[in-house]
Amino acid sequence: MVTRGFAGKAGNFDQSMRLPPGQHVVADFPVLTAGPTPRIKTEDWSFTLKDGIRPVKSWNWTEFNALPQTRMTRDIHCVTTWSKFDTAWEGVLVDDILGDAGIEPPTGFTFAHSYDGYTTNVPTADLVVGKAMVALRYEGKPIPPDHGGPSRLLVPHLYFWKSAKWINGLQFTQKDELGFWELRGYHRYGDPWREQRYTND
Amino acid sequence: MNWQNAIITRIETLSPRVKSFFFRRPEPFSFRPGQHVLLRLTAPDGYRAQRSYSIASAPGLGTAEELELAIERFDDGEVSPFMHDVAQVEDEIEIGGPIGGHFNWSPEDGGPVLFIGGGSGVAPFMSMLRHRAAIVSQVPVVLVFSARLREDLLFFDELSKLAASGDGFSLMVALTREAGAHPFRAGRIDTEFIAGIVGAMKMPVRQVMICGSHPFVETAAEGTIAAGIDPAIIKTERYGATDVQAEVRRLAGALKR
Ligand SMILES: Cc1cc2nc3c(=O)[nH]c(=O)nc-3n(C[C@H](O)[C@H](O)[C@H](O)COP(=O)(O)OP(=O)(O)OC[C@H]3O[C@@H](n4cnc5c(N)ncnc54)[C@H](O)[C@@H]3O)c2cc1C
Repeated sequence: MVTRGFAGKAGNFDQSMRLPPGQHVVADFPVLTAGPTPRIKTEDWSFTLKDGIRPVKSWNWTEFNALPQTRMTRDIHCVTTWSKFDTAWEGVLVDDILGDAGIEPPTGFTFAHSYDGYTTNVPTADLVVGKAMVALRYEGKPIPPDHGGPSRLLVPHLYFWKSAKWINGLQFTQKDELGFWELRGYHRYGDPWREQRYTND
Repeated sequence: MNWQNAIITRIETLSPRVKSFFFRRPEPFSFRPGQHVLLRLTAPDGYRAQRSYSIASAPGLGTAEELELAIERFDDGEVSPFMHDVAQVEDEIEIGGPIGGHFNWSPEDGGPVLFIGGGSGVAPFMSMLRHRAAIVSQVPVVLVFSARLREDLLFFDELSKLAASGDGFSLMVALTREAGAHPFRAGRIDTEFIAGIVGAMKMPVRQVMICGSHPFVETAAEGTIAAGIDPAIIKTERYGATDVQAEVRRLAGALKR
């Protein structure tokens, strides 16, 4: 249905090839968080890779920073319709985490865990072959706490809630379980180009 | 997403920057207090803009009740200026939802609860409080409402009446840009203020819910944690993106005053 009198704000059309349906470009940074911002000291930080309930390997901050660091500049898309172009991140590719642990992905499903107890589910295929990283720096600086620092998952081709803030682990699961937001009305997969925002989209 | 063309039945001015829009839904739905809906605007060339708005009305006993959304005008925005300046009674607006399975509260969830709302962030609490009053619940609730000026206190008469009914609901107001508006607190809500409120509650607070712009939610959540509240019982809903530059300008402006 065309809305009477609505033309859209000038400038919001320009980038349409680059902009998934229903999104608009902002200069700000989207924030969607269910609770208060946790403050995690890097001295206390650790990251654990698990296969089911079995821990495969853990890293402390120094060890994790010693893994190969990769830069990624990507457009990000928040489910609340904000998109931000050319955000520059640096961190450890999920491929390099697996490499350091000496394993191949054991299952097709992954659960990301965060310090504040939140989780999100992502198919393993969307995390590997250079598609995703555990980011440690944003625009050349440590990631601010309200944007997920010290470390957040970056899966830029999915809606940004999938890029779990304050990440402290990845866990391979036998089936596609639903994470925190996915249990609360958000889409299981979250592809911005197919507008998979909510459960039945 | 379930979309439908809802009809604007009434528009009410709540404050210089906020208007309430009432919608009649051809396909009524039930919802939980705290949930939001999407408004989707479509231009003749197919361009679309979509934004989220908390439902301010109570779920109601039937599903035919009008849905109320309290929309704040952001001058440089796309959807909110359209709603304020162009949308009229009888217009059809596409609504999707309801959505949001996290920032919800009903009296069955128990209390005492502390709500902290900044500006238009009071909207979901209106739904919760209206529902609580409608079912004659006595679950203890404190609403801390922070606004710039007295004139920005949305729903103030209704909230005052609810608070005067002696059913376990109390209202605390903080005005950030107006001093001497007795009995309101002047200034931002801080740790001391929250600690005082939590200390005065007869039972330990069970749930804290904070809603408003991102900077407001950050400040209120920090203050609440510093007041000794377990972060695990705090739920937040953030309305705006963080615009760091705007925030710096705003703070600089506030200092000059
Ligand atoms: C779950 C949820 C519920 C919401 N409920 C409500 C509600 O009940 N009432 C309401 O008025 N809004 C609510 N919002 C915000 C709303 O969705 C829009 O973001 C807002 O109306 C601005 O849209 P716009 O198109 O006018 O501005 P845009 O074109 O999106 O943005 C214009 C400018 O305004 C700034 N801006 C946008 N929102 C805010 C804000 N809250 N604080 C400070 N700056 C801001 C942006 O950073 C940008 O610079 C809610 C948001 C969410 C995520």
